[in-house]
Amino acid sequence: MAARVRRAMRDGMNRQRFSRALRAAPFLGPQSLFLALFVVIPIGLVTTYAFMTRGRFGGVSPEFSLENFTRLLEPVYLNVLFNSIGVAALTTALALVLGYPTAYLIARLPTRWRTVALLMVLLPFWTNFLIRTYAWILLFNNAGWLNQGLEALGWIDGPMNLLYSQPAVVVGLLYMYLPLMILPLYSSIERIDPELEEAATNLGSRPFRVFRTVILPMSVPGMLIGCVFVFVPSMGNFVIPELLGGGKMLLVGNLVRDAFLKARDWPFGASLALVLTIFLVVLLALQSRASKRITEGSPDA
Amino acid sequence: MSNTQTARPLLDVRGLRHRFGTVTALDDVTFDIADNEFFALLGPSGCGKTTLLRAIAGFEQPEHGEILLDGADLASMPPHRRPVNMMFQSYALFPHLSVEKNVAYGLEAERRSRSEIQTRVGEALEVVGLATMAKRKPAQLSGGQRQRVALARAIIKRPRLLLLDEPLSALDRKVRAEMQLELKRMQREVGMTFVVVTHDQEEAMSMADRIAVLNAGRVEQLDTPVGLYSTPRTRFVADFIGTSNLFDGTADAAGIEVPGLGHFPGEHAVPAGRPASAVLRPEDMILGDPGTGRWTCTVIDTVFLGGGSTVSLAVDGHATPVTSVLHAATGLRPGDRVGVGWKSDRCVIVPGEVSSAVPQREAAVPAGISG
Ligand SMILES: Nc1ncnc2c1ncn2[C@@H]1O[C@H](COP(=O)(O)OP(=O)(O)OP(=O)(O)O)[C@@H](O)[C@H]1O
Ligand SMILES: [Mg+2]
Repeated sequence: MAARVRRAMRDGMNRQRFSRALRAAPFLGPQSLFLALFVVIPIGLVTTYAFMTRGRFGGVSPEFSLENFTRLLEPVYLNVLFNSIGVAALTTALALVLGYPTAYLIARLPTRWRTVALLMVLLPFWTNFLIRTYAWILLFNNAGWLNQGLEALGWIDGPMNLLYSQPAVVVGLLYMYLPLMILPLYSSIERIDPELEEAATNLGSRPFRVFRTVILPMSVPGMLIGCVFVFVPSMGNFVIPELLGGGKMLLVGNLVRDAFLKARDWPFGASLALVLTIFLVVLLALQSRASKRITEGSPDA
Repeated sequence: MSNTQTARPLLDVRGLRHRFGTVTALDDVTFDIADNEFFALLGPSGCGKTTLLRAIAGFEQPEHGEILLDGADLASMPPHRRPVNMMFQSYALFPHLSVEKNVAYGLEAERRSRSEIQTRVGEALEVVGLATMAKRKPAQLSGGQRQRVALARAIIKRPRLLLLDEPLSALDRKVRAEMQLELKRMQREVGMTFVVVTHDQEEAMSMADRIAVLNAGRVEQLDTPVGLYSTPRTRFVADFIGTSNLFDGTADAAGIEVPGLGHFPGEHAVPAGRPASAVLRPEDMILGDPGTGRWTCTVIDTVFLGGGSTVSLAVDGHATPVTSVLHAATGLRPGDRVGVGWKSDRCVIVPGEVSSAVPQREAAVPAGISG
């Protein structure tokens, strides 16, 4: 009798717990599914592939090997890696220099103009990426509008080689990823309470000092996010180096693409991709730690 | 109104008007503040106190009127050059700077020497009792501690004029009393002039030399604490300052007639036939045996306050209970009947609120004399 009551109670409790889980499932489901489908599984695959050997006819054969990683250290590939870092760093620096004033101005616009300005920043994203890049080619090639214009003005004698150079790649990447710098910068500047500027002014700071001592340090988290957002995809991009760099310049992105699609060396491609991903994660971790230090105060205090 | 004034005032505010869209935050605000005065701004939420301080500091451009400091018009002086420091109601602490860096900010803007900054920051933090928290960031402080950092940051430059927007509202009784003493000491020893916004009437009463009561962007009355309490000039001030028993009626030559309660004699300047209110402070009520005084009332409630007690009374024909203060414990119980009267010389009669627009108050003076 007592046992039956106990069992009934336990069943009841189980049923309760079960039904609670069931009720929560529709809310948990989509996220977990999304995470599994688009994050865990791909990264898991890339990681396993990276430690395997290349199959005879493409694909992978399940034999453990570290060879992909030792290959990465060969000078040819290291060169591409350093070159990519250089190009991405230059792009990021230029994006910061151009993006900061833009973001600051937008954040200081009257509210209803801010939305308009932000839409204009985002507008290029809604046009096809290839079309936009071809537009650059039209603009910059030897018989392009820019060269023609400058020649017509008599400023140059012959056409300048604007296209198919490292600067062209940097300009292309900059154009492509500038919005990713502006948006986080904008959101961090916009969030700074105008009263802080007033307090600084009230305590005797001229406008430039207000900027240097309040706005600039407080927007560092936004700067860091913007830099990561520009740096990482700049390193991985392979279309722009191809089109604007004329294929003369290999970046890591091109390597990955070639490894998968041309050389059909999936494990090597996977190891490159893995290194890129780890790079990204480390950068994001550094960025979030630095931001936290700025906003929360030093932990030892 | 400026009987406490000596020579030229330090701050002279004339006809200030400011609007936010359709909201009139300041409406023809005029007053002056003497050097070394402790001036308090009192008024209900949204009456324009912060807007007034911000206009003086240069963060709102009033559409009308002028602000003179030491006789010079401030309009042409950019905010960062005004010799005025302000403590913001929301504190506006720099979240990325430590407590000591926040406090040092104003001195660093002045390019003081490192050693001077260090000593003065140390002193200021000592004053507000936060010396041990110098290295913390604002996010690591309690609300009251943040408020004291803001206070320290505002006082450290020892400006001619200090504007404090609710400087002590988040502090407990004891710390607040210490800070009040400290502010008074600074007024005495450093010779600073204070404009302090406060919600705490006791604080305003005990600290201020003069108080301006603001209502809907207008100065209702500007007076000494005693003057405000004993001779309120509008119903709003009578109601807002301290506790009062208000009786609304119609003015006549010798007082006012309150429907259902009879005649309240008293001198006044309200034209006969216009709405008026009689103001009686709780301590001016006289309680006696039933049958004495004006009315016989029922005790609703008594509250013992240590030094004395308050008694709430139901007066027939009057909607709100009448409050009376006794200077001792009372034997009265709810339901007891008492006779209620008042010290007739203490009855203050003010213009009624019903159509308390300004023209009526201005018209009140000559008409009252003739009547
Ligand atoms: N930036 C603004 N935009 C629009 N209206 C404002 C603005 N600042 C203040 N107001 C309005 O102006 C009026 C006065 O505001 P103010 O901040 O001066 O009040 P206050 O007396 O300081 O109130 P509190 O005691 O609550 O701090 C209020 O009605 C308020 O809503
Ligand atoms: Mg305010």
